[in-house]
Amino acid sequence: MNPQSSSSATSEITGGVIQSSPKVRIEKLSFFYGTHQVLKSVSMDIPALQVTALIGPSGCGKTTLLRCLNRMHDLYPGNRYEGSVHVQPDGMDILGPGMDPIQVRMRFGMVFQKPNPFPKSIYENVAYGLRLQGMNKRRDLDERVEKALREAAIWDEVKDRLHQMAHNLSGGQQQRLCIARAIATDPDVVLFDEPTSALDPIATSKIEELIVELKKRVTVLIVTHNLQQAGRISDMTAFMYLGELVEFGSTNQLFTNPSKPQTEDYISGRFG
Amino acid sequence: MSCDGGFIVLPEHFFQRQKKQAHQRRAIDRWFQRIGFLLTLMTLGILGILLLNLAGNGLMRIDWQFLTSFPSRRAGEAGVLSAWVGTLLLMMVTAGVAIPFGVAAGIYLEEYAPKNKWTDFVEINIANLAGVPSILYGLMALGLFVYQFRFGQSVLSGGLALACLVLPIVIVATRESLRTIPANIREAAFALGATRWQAVWHHLLPYSTGGIATGVILAMSRAIGESAPLITIGALTFIAFLPPAPVLSHPPFVSFEWLFSPFTALPIQMFNWVSRPGEDFQPNAAAAGLILMLITLSMNGAAILLRKRAQRNIKW
Repeated sequence: MNPQSSSSATSEITGGVIQSSPKVRIEKLSFFYGTHQVLKSVSMDIPALQVTALIGPSGCGKTTLLRCLNRMHDLYPGNRYEGSVHVQPDGMDILGPGMDPIQVRMRFGMVFQKPNPFPKSIYENVAYGLRLQGMNKRRDLDERVEKALREAAIWDEVKDRLHQMAHNLSGGQQQRLCIARAIATDPDVVLFDEPTSALDPIATSKIEELIVELKKRVTVLIVTHNLQQAGRISDMTAFMYLGELVEFGSTNQLFTNPSKPQTEDYISGRFG
Repeated sequence: MSCDGGFIVLPEHFFQRQKKQAHQRRAIDRWFQRIGFLLTLMTLGILGILLLNLAGNGLMRIDWQFLTSFPSRRAGEAGVLSAWVGTLLLMMVTAGVAIPFGVAAGIYLEEYAPKNKWTDFVEINIANLAGVPSILYGLMALGLFVYQFRFGQSVLSGGLALACLVLPIVIVATRESLRTIPANIREAAFALGATRWQAVWHHLLPYSTGGIATGVILAMSRAIGESAPLITIGALTFIAFLPPAPVLSHPPFVSFEWLFSPFTALPIQMFNWVSRPGEDFQPNAAAAGLILMLITLSMNGAAILLRKRAQRNIKW
């Protein structure tokens, strides 16, 4: 989606695994809710055009980490960040002084746990992000809306009723519509916060296929409670526990040969 | 009862006691149902009697002549023209002030204001304001609008007094209906890069219009029946002329002179007729009361319809 600059295309070594160039470099990220520290100095490189999964027991901070990346925490009072998060290719620091969260959110799309389409038409849902970024011409909007709906694998189901209310769609369709809404503006990264936890198995597998398809064009970071899901769709997996990043490596290695005992305990179902 | 493995056989009288006790509890339940039904019936009955009484006394008087005549010394020739026009103009001022101020304050408090002691204080006092007797709003309006701002005993002063009176209702209604919008809809808008203003303007306001409109109509139907604050600021009880028309036939086509005109209103006209010693004006009072009642009831009906429609169109 965004051309990777050749300078950042050098290989990185994280957790003993060689991976492609990082899209997002998180360095010593701590997050505080009031005086309570939720994230403890997390550092990780999220590779470009791959699916990175965040796993860990409830309350481990994986959703908090995800929501740091589009500065969602700024919407609520009493929150504080420390550390830095750089996005390639330009190296913008998301948490840098004077950085406008709105600018960050235009580069990081987000898909939520529960499908949350606006009570507007299917078309208007997808067009909203584009309109916010100043696109007004009907023809441009039509083109981008169709493209986003095709990429979200929902075009054939909705092309005849673009102007009907989004709420007439099924839960799985609504979630794919929300994905279309998130990718319509060509963000650098799409953040998924347990996107299938409210869906049935068939709808879930469609979303999973879609996410794997999406990584051809966009970097994906997904929080999931479902270890099988992480195993099925992610290239990299990060295991978090009590606000710390315990282990981060290729999904294959983390699931078959974890280097930390905590990781092994969690993936083998001994806790969490 | 412990159950280490086997059944425990309970004595027969245990079940007897349980049955009796359940029966007693059910009796209380039934009694409350009966008493509640009776009380509801009584309340509705009183309202019904009131309406029937008004209709019985006043329905005969309501005709075209009654609606198009000024008040008169002769009961048979008197009408409510200046009263309903006054009420209409008052409501225009009240709505014109209470809606923008109330909705803006509601949006600010719900979406923008930080949650601290100061906003808690403001919040409590808005609730308190809704409970201030209406005559005190009249006193304030008399001191502030009539004398201090020199608006005089005019439609403007009256409309502003009523706007202050219903402002808390509009604020509370706005906040309540904003609060029914789930947080994940707000987050969806913010996640796409919307500012607060855009989230409010593109999403929150459109999705809460039904609730806000309902609150506004209820506020207006409260204001339309108020007489105490209007009497306090010196609304006249006998007015045989209409305020200047707001629309002109020559440029600039609009005039705001009516804002500074003396006025009367339906409840005041009614009060005036009721307080006459003779019997002959009583049907007039009942007729004016009936008109007021019909306006209020139809406004409330409209509010209910609006709420129903809003609920049907928006699902989360």
